[in-house]
Amino acid sequence: MDGAFNRVVASITLRAAFGRKRALLFALPAVILILLTLILKEARPPGAPWPGRVLGDFGFSVVLSLTALIIGTSVLGAEIDEGSIVHLLATPVRRSSVIVTKFVIGAVLTMVFVAVPELIAGLIVSGGVSKLAIGLFVGALAGSVVYNAVFVMLSVLTTRAIAVGLLYVLVWEVVLGNFVGGAKLLSVQQYGLGVANSIAHYSALNAGLGLSTALIMGVIVTVVTLVLATRRLSEFSLKGDAV
Amino acid sequence: MSAIELRGVSRWYGNVVAVNDVTMTIGPGVTGLLGPNGAGKSTVLHLIAGFLAPSRGELTVGGVPSWRNPDIYRTVGLVPERDSVYAFLTGAEFVSTTAKLHRLADPAGATRRAIAIVDMADAQDRRISTYSKGMRQRIKVAAALVHDPQVLLLDEPFNGMDPRQRLHMMDLLTRLGAEGRTILLSSHILEEVEQLADTIQVIVSGRLAASGDFRAIRRLMTSRPHVFLVRSSDDRGLGSALIGRQAVTGVELTGGGLQVRACDFGAFSRELAGLARDKDIRLRELLPEDEDLESVFAYLLES
Repeated sequence: MDGAFNRVVASITLRAAFGRKRALLFALPAVILILLTLILKEARPPGAPWPGRVLGDFGFSVVLSLTALIIGTSVLGAEIDEGSIVHLLATPVRRSSVIVTKFVIGAVLTMVFVAVPELIAGLIVSGGVSKLAIGLFVGALAGSVVYNAVFVMLSVLTTRAIAVGLLYVLVWEVVLGNFVGGAKLLSVQQYGLGVANSIAHYSALNAGLGLSTALIMGVIVTVVTLVLATRRLSEFSLKGDAV
Repeated sequence: MSAIELRGVSRWYGNVVAVNDVTMTIGPGVTGLLGPNGAGKSTVLHLIAGFLAPSRGELTVGGVPSWRNPDIYRTVGLVPERDSVYAFLTGAEFVSTTAKLHRLADPAGATRRAIAIVDMADAQDRRISTYSKGMRQRIKVAAALVHDPQVLLLDEPFNGMDPRQRLHMMDLLTRLGAEGRTILLSSHILEEVEQLADTIQVIVSGRLAASGDFRAIRRLMTSRPHVFLVRSSDDRGLGSALIGRQAVTGVELTGGGLQVRACDFGAFSRELAGLARDKDIRLRELLPEDEDLESVFAYLLES
């Protein structure tokens, strides 16, 4: 409990995360991904190019980003919205510890609900362990980490974290990321695909970044967003009864 | 060293000044932060609790600034007004979680003691979502007390409580104040604070309107001029009779009746009925025009 990760904060976060109706949404995109994979595996002939579309495009731009958005904005944002965060902040717990713990819980939950289903879907496609399955799994792990740092930060910066996060995913990553090359440099989806492709070597994944760029940018974005989130949480204010 | 000190503290939001140049010192015992709704009480409390940065001035709790200083919570307990607790936890889990966040040596023992103080042992294993408003307030107080703080800040602690729960909370806070702790509670209800606080700080429109011993301020409040609206069978006749009385400082005929300013509330109340009877005037209605707290506080601000 002395380190950056606080087990008490983690315990409350987990109980709160699974105590809300929003928790039902955690598994929904993953279930759709696996069902879609099973259906296509049966319906399409072997060697057809659909795995890149489903596991790469759909898996990373929809399943990973939306699941991370739901989880990343709820691990801290829901407490801020409800006001219960005051009970946590009215203790001497370091604000950096709160942010790191919330981020770790969000990232781990996203890994469970996205990276593991991506691995399962990859195994279904390949009929066993393959570079594609491992690549998708590791890429989704990396994406889970960076996305949660971004969405935890958004939930401290704004009360409309879900809307802002959705705009980032849809406008920046999906629209601009497809038409403006430079936008990929600030696309978490592309970091994940870059890592996945470095293992899978599967061109249909449409990875726009190489491994080194993806890793360097991923680390920078994660650190910067967590530092900003900590700074903002240190200045968390309660609205008074302004005259 | 005083527990809480504000020196020239102001807080504004854009062009709106919520707290204006407030200087106050709060020591051990129970202090009431009194004022009408929207006067700036919660803002002052949030400033003291470290949940708001002063726009100007200095604010210390136990000699150190409270803003961006989580260490103050080792000696400060906060009971926020908003009824937002971790409703999925039981009362005992909530208090115990707070004890662990404070990294107390014996969180289980501290939890038992804090729950006993607020008399919630019977309900401690129930989920907070099943608690009444009063029970939630008490469990919030238990959580705020679990680390045995020297300073306890409570924002409108009686809101939503029934009379029995209020009495219980008043007893509790009186006891905590008598133990030498600094208890600061905000309230817009005069009677609550009257029964509880040794000293009061009256906030009106973001400014400190009165400060000090409650009884002296209470006398000031009751000796202020009162304004009444009287409707009778002969307003003009009643007005001319009333103006000759010592207790009355002014009368005015208005479209809705007779507006009377009385400097002595008791004497005016006693004399009005007799005067009307002597003049054979029938009294139809007597309405205090300025009995709301806002006007009481506004008077304090002017005086």
